[in-house]
Amino acid sequence: MLDVPEDGRLSGLDALKQKLASIREQQPGIEAGLVTEVVRAVLTTISDDLTAKEAALLREVEELGRTIASAKSDIAALRVDDINDHDIPFATDELDAIVEHTAHATNAILESCEMLDEVSATLSGDPAARLQAATTKIYEACSFQDITGQRITKVVTTLKAIEQKVVHIIGTFGPSIGSMKPTIGPVANGADLLNGPQLPAQAMDQSDIDKLLADF
Amino acid sequence: MAIDKSMNVLIVDDYKTMLRIIRNLLKQIDFNNVEEASDGSEALSKLRGGNYGLIISDWNMAPMTGLQLLQEVRADHRLKTTPFIMITAESKTENVVAAKAAGVSNYIVKPFNAETLKDKIEKVLAHA
Repeated sequence: MLDVPEDGRLSGLDALKQKLASIREQQPGIEAGLVTEVVRAVLTTISDDLTAKEAALLREVEELGRTIASAKSDIAALRVDDINDHDIPFATDELDAIVEHTAHATNAILESCEMLDEVSATLSGDPAARLQAATTKIYEACSFQDITGQRITKVVTTLKAIEQKVVHIIGTFGPSIGSMKPTIGPVANGADLLNGPQLPAQAMDQSDIDKLLADF
Repeated sequence: MAIDKSMNVLIVDDYKTMLRIIRNLLKQIDFNNVEEASDGSEALSKLRGGNYGLIISDWNMAPMTGLQLLQEVRADHRLKTTPFIMITAESKTENVVAAKAAGVSNYIVKPFNAETLKDKIEKVLAHA
């Protein structure tokens, strides 16, 4: 039942808002079309008593109902279930495979490099120094695997956040999967500062870090 | 002051590749007694059960991050003066400030080169 004042009149904008809030509370899963219908019924009942402002508000509410119905239709057309069930898991699996393959390749490079170091240890003078300098550069370069791994982890995290937002939208507009809940929880101490590798243009280099440390 | 390169060094990183790289780079500068841990908890356990002259740790690890490990080390009566170098891709000011506040001895941003590693190790051990 609507909470209509005893004199049967709406006292103004607040009373109308109260009615709409009351409907939402009583029927949280109510269809937008039904809200529009109820509003139209209220409008018909009290139309003689509405001020111009109230009538404008009701028109806005009706328009809102149509917009919600249209949004639902658009979301249904996007086939968001496919995004969650197939596209995002596929993308994250592919990225995981990249990490795995680069790790495998890097380990093979490192193994060869360690053999070269062993050979270097049997040499002396300039050949030994040159060989070690070369392996040092290879070791340095191989740290790409850690950096790319962290970057890919950031992308996977972003994809998972998108997935959660899609679930949330579907939960709002599509009751069929409304039971799926976001799983992003609070972060642990120290983890809240984790930003991962920065893009080169935005990152501080070692000299920036040294200056910052020297400021303490 | 001469650096004792026979000291035990603990390197901590959840990427096995990085552990391997750092171990090899340390070997090239004659640090041969190197042990590994894959996260802060394992590192803390090794530190409490052993005798280490230097800790080189990544930040981004789970369940215990490098920052938490640093805080634990600095709060431990026996370990608190152990030189601690953070090697991480976290290069934002807030990260460096937090690490410094927690008592880090030096901070190396990834990707790094062997010369930077050698330079920072020499500096922290000279002040140890």
